[in-house]
Amino acid sequence: MHEKFDTIVVGAGPAGNAAAYTLAKAGLSVLQIERGETPGSKNVQGAILYADALERIIPDFRDDAPLERYLIEQRGWLLDDEAYVGGNYRAEAFNRPPYNRYTIVRAQFDKWFSKKVQDAGGLVICETTVRELIFDGDRVAGVLTDREGGAIYADLVILADGVNSTLARKAGFHPELKPKDVALAVKETLFLAPEIIEPRFNVKGDEGVAIEMVGKITKGMIGTGFLYTNKESLTIGVGCMLSDFAAQKIPPYVMLEEMKAHPAIRPLLEGAEVKEYVAHLIPEGGYDAIPKLYGNGWMIAGDSAGLVNAVHREGSNLAMTSGRLAAETAIDLHAAGQPFSAANLAGYKQRLDDSFVMKDLKKYRRLPAALHRSPHFFTLYPELITLAAHQWVKVDGVDKKSKEREVRRAFAGRRGWLGMMGDAFRLWRAFE
Amino acid sequence: MHIVVCIKQVPDSSQIRVHPVTNTIMRQGVPAVVNPYDLFALEEALRLKDTYGAQVTVLCMGPPPAEAALRKAISFGADDAILVTDRAFAGSDTLATSFALASAIGQIGRNMAVDLVFCGKQTIDGDTAQVGPGIAKRLDLQLLTYVSQVDRVDTERREIVVQRRAEGGVQVLQTRLPCLITMLEGTNEMRFASQAGMFRAARHPVRVWDKAAAGIEDVAKIGLKGSPTVVSKVFAPQPKASKAEQIKCESNAPKDLAVTLIAKLFTQHPALESAISAGTTGSI
Repeated sequence: MHEKFDTIVVGAGPAGNAAAYTLAKAGLSVLQIERGETPGSKNVQGAILYADALERIIPDFRDDAPLERYLIEQRGWLLDDEAYVGGNYRAEAFNRPPYNRYTIVRAQFDKWFSKKVQDAGGLVICETTVRELIFDGDRVAGVLTDREGGAIYADLVILADGVNSTLARKAGFHPELKPKDVALAVKETLFLAPEIIEPRFNVKGDEGVAIEMVGKITKGMIGTGFLYTNKESLTIGVGCMLSDFAAQKIPPYVMLEEMKAHPAIRPLLEGAEVKEYVAHLIPEGGYDAIPKLYGNGWMIAGDSAGLVNAVHREGSNLAMTSGRLAAETAIDLHAAGQPFSAANLAGYKQRLDDSFVMKDLKKYRRLPAALHRSPHFFTLYPELITLAAHQWVKVDGVDKKSKEREVRRAFAGRRGWLGMMGDAFRLWRAFE
Repeated sequence: MHIVVCIKQVPDSSQIRVHPVTNTIMRQGVPAVVNPYDLFALEEALRLKDTYGAQVTVLCMGPPPAEAALRKAISFGADDAILVTDRAFAGSDTLATSFALASAIGQIGRNMAVDLVFCGKQTIDGDTAQVGPGIAKRLDLQLLTYVSQVDRVDTERREIVVQRRAEGGVQVLQTRLPCLITMLEGTNEMRFASQAGMFRAARHPVRVWDKAAAGIEDVAKIGLKGSPTVVSKVFAPQPKASKAEQIKCESNAPKDLAVTLIAKLFTQHPALESAISAGTTGSI
């Protein structure tokens, strides 16, 4: 005899947990299948939690979720080899509850989220890999796991199996990921005592800082770096497009090591001890790389649907929101006694289109192409801008007018006025 | 046949880190696993169940999250699971733990007499290998330690034959039931749970016993009170290695390198030189 559920959710990351929790809370029977030993054991993120997306699912999450530090300061750095030009935004408004962004440790956070799913009535099974979907005609009717007797049936399957989404690929829902549409990110967690973190980053108590970086650290590849403060650790990482890594043949860990040795970063890490090294793929193809999101008996959410806003370093909130919207679509259909047909599940796409998820992704749809065309944003411009800053700050008896001329000449000579106008136009169009 | 398998949930020692400042073990965020040695005990019990038919009850003492270890055992095929948990058990050493487990096994036996108790050889967090023998002594069970295989069980004649790994060979031992076996590592391979097993584990109502349910009346025998073992000091061993010295030689010939190295060794350890030259006739 085979098990049968209203819904099966594949994957226990932010998208899967959001979907499973919302479905279970509404009283649908939910089976969630995770291949990791525990929920979160295979999940990797920076990791910043965006409160808003979670609040709409679990309003009182702050009561018991394992949170590290809430962010009161955002730093943005443009790096040259030995210098950086940066801006900070620090606001007391971020220092008053309810806090807006938190650093988290995913292994702990995901376990907490999964417990919420189970408390809401969801059945969670770990260490089990879904090998393929079971079809009844063109309708997805269930999943087949890697265990003996692994056929399990459901009226609806929500795929939240992460960036590779082997399932969706096998089922032909989307093609193989292209290297230009995924970033490879590597990250280290470094232990550092809170008594050292706090004065070093100018925070106290549970306050925290996020630093986002762009420039020479990625060696001309399209990518960014980051450094976040956790309670008693730091996370530092860097990610670039997989196609760039492949073309330039620079191993990601070398890039991270060199970034850690940057004269502006090294002092921040002093005395910290590496606890963990992880790597992960991030779908950064943007709006145009999003596959079909639903069909007869299935929906797809989170990273597996390519829902990542690379510009704003947002992904988990898009994942949670898409998981929630998929669940709400199913709940409404279930309540109305409607089948989970492709026509009915089109409501999921509509809800996504109406939310910030698709609106933001649409806004930046031109960015990947613009960046692929102008690698100067990651090499030449950081160099020129730090040069300008250097001239501006340095006092050496040269008159200011000559300094300005020098800077102008450098910009014109290195990139050319036409080139700069082209870059500016493309960037403006991409961000418009 | 009724088999009780004692398991423990332990921190995954491969992922434990030592706090660089305080030298204490950082348990936060370290995943908990079933004590790996216990899995060999469980698998051997499940094999007996496959061969002879048996009721397999898994027993665990620990904090509430240890329920996960019991569910895992259910997924592999155990029939019933009991978690003995009570604040009063906090701080138990091996004496108090074996007392509490023996008492719980006594309670289990009231419903259905226990023929066999399985334990892992030891735990990876305590490494004492005392709890199994402690239980056997308290319950007056035959004790078989370091067992590598159970050859035969005869429930009619109340006999069991096992192989026990001993220094210099394997002993084949026969004894009476009921008995307690501590199972050696690497002796079998845990099965892969079926999908049905996973469902059963996810839904199984793990029975939770406090000290009263485990049949314990005398609180002086459990927890800190019942634990004469005292950890007087915890320290991290100091790395002894001194800095490596690089030896530079004029030529790259291996012989020259070796001669230089040996000369250096002898300068630092004159006793070694005299010992070697006393025992040899030739010269270098």
